[in-house]
Amino acid sequence: MPSHDILHMELNFPSDHIALSTKNLEVIYADGARAVKGISLSIPKKATTAIIGPSGCGKSTALRAFNRMNELIPGTVTKGEVLFHSRNIYAPSIDPVTVRTNIGMVFQKPNPFPKSIYENIAWAARIHGHKGNCDELVESCLRKAALWDEVKDKLRRSAMSLSGGQQQRLCIARTLALTPEVILMDEPTSALDPLSTASIEELTSELKKDYTIIIVTHNLQQAGRISDMTAFMLLGDLIEYAPTKKLFVNPEDERTERYITGRFG
Amino acid sequence: MNDRRYFRILSGAALVILLLFAAILLTLVVDSLPTMQAYGLSFLTGRQWNPVTQEFGALPFLVGTLLTSFVALLLSLPLSLSVGIVMGEYLRSPFLSKAMSVFINLLASIPSVVYGLWGMTTVVPLVQKLEIAAGFPPYGVGILSAALVLAIMIIPYMASLTSEVMKRVPDSIKDGALALGATRQEMVTGISLPYIRSGIAAGVLLSLGRALGETMAVTMLIGNATRMPNSIFSLGNTLASVVASQFNEAESDLHRSAMMALALILFLVSFLTNLIGRKIVGKSEAANV
Repeated sequence: MPSHDILHMELNFPSDHIALSTKNLEVIYADGARAVKGISLSIPKKATTAIIGPSGCGKSTALRAFNRMNELIPGTVTKGEVLFHSRNIYAPSIDPVTVRTNIGMVFQKPNPFPKSIYENIAWAARIHGHKGNCDELVESCLRKAALWDEVKDKLRRSAMSLSGGQQQRLCIARTLALTPEVILMDEPTSALDPLSTASIEELTSELKKDYTIIIVTHNLQQAGRISDMTAFMLLGDLIEYAPTKKLFVNPEDERTERYITGRFG
Repeated sequence: MNDRRYFRILSGAALVILLLFAAILLTLVVDSLPTMQAYGLSFLTGRQWNPVTQEFGALPFLVGTLLTSFVALLLSLPLSLSVGIVMGEYLRSPFLSKAMSVFINLLASIPSVVYGLWGMTTVVPLVQKLEIAAGFPPYGVGILSAALVLAIMIIPYMASLTSEVMKRVPDSIKDGALALGATRQEMVTGISLPYIRSGIAAGVLLSLGRALGETMAVTMLIGNATRMPNSIFSLGNTLASVVASQFNEAESDLHRSAMMALALILFLVSFLTNLIGRKIVGKSEAANV
């Protein structure tokens, strides 16, 4: 199903159109704070889903629960289920490394490795057993991330010499080297200037043809521009989850309406 | 007291350091002049050291010093890097990490004569067994015994420096690596270790400087032979150990001066190790950014 149809879909997607779903997902930090308080939602395949909400509402924590990044913070407990290919990624038999290989992540602040542009991508491929010549892979990842034309003559230069927006696209390219199904983006443009932000937004629209994108953003206009589905979170609860157009034009919950009209948060 | 006077007093103290450095260097140079006049540069390549025939060449001790230090470094490196990685990356509990670093620092505070004694009672018999098994004369003491104990003595320097720089690897790039589905081991070897290579280089040079100059434990364990070592099982001497073991018994002025020359070499080598080390560290830090 082409992604634009999702706008007109009910929330009960057919199961083969669901990339990822959660059941009573709950995340508790070491200090006892319940950052995510039992949310259940289904993320459609090959579409962009935005998670919005005021600072501290648990949206980034929820996102990090989708590829088991929270467990890197000592003492964090995750309850409930995150189903990917109808298996709970928190099941004891599942290796977080496998999860993260299939569900990639792009961070708030661009975090390229202090290696060459080429090596940033080649390293990601090599640790997953890519043998031999990486040239083609590096080129195709950079092309998909709309960065190839800008860097093709300086692949051996340090990734740190790139601009912030280019670094962020390199981080996306590096994730693509794993051929993930889902790409999580945690406020990927909050550290970038407006032009770089536009290029990342454009890129997400391109990428959702092949990948499922879940993006956390505190920029409502951005959520409105690029997402098909939007989830609104408040104090760790999922308040409303609906097609973006509906949620922005005709929200059901009063709190959602107050937030999107700028009356709090 | 006004600021100007305060500053003068402080500068005076700083000047004392420079003067001490100059005074030590001057003493070494002046006292080793007779040796330089007698041998010139051939002092460095002379293979004989014989107080009876008044023949003095430094080569056996240069070789002995380099051999012991490098063997020690080679033995110590895997162990101390591992300890540093465990402390800097894997020990998440502040208590365990603290406890570990207290132990490491205790290791550094043990007087070297204690290391020497322990080496004689524990390491030497083991090396003896190894020598018998390998078909070498079972002296026990020698280059290998000295290097083994030196290797243990330099662990604290290398390990604590590695763990310090390991802790300074930014979480953002570590998260980036793990989010790419890297295992912790892949993250450490592929991202963290390259990131801290300048810190590791600094640790190696710091340890090397320590190993080159270590005197007491080495003097007790190396066998104090003035001939050229021909294997790691040989008896030998380092620059430091020959000075420590012979200086009080030196009868001729030339013998005494020759030892001053050895001390001068040791001084310069340690100084250069430090200087080159800092250069390398500076360069790789610049390359990291």
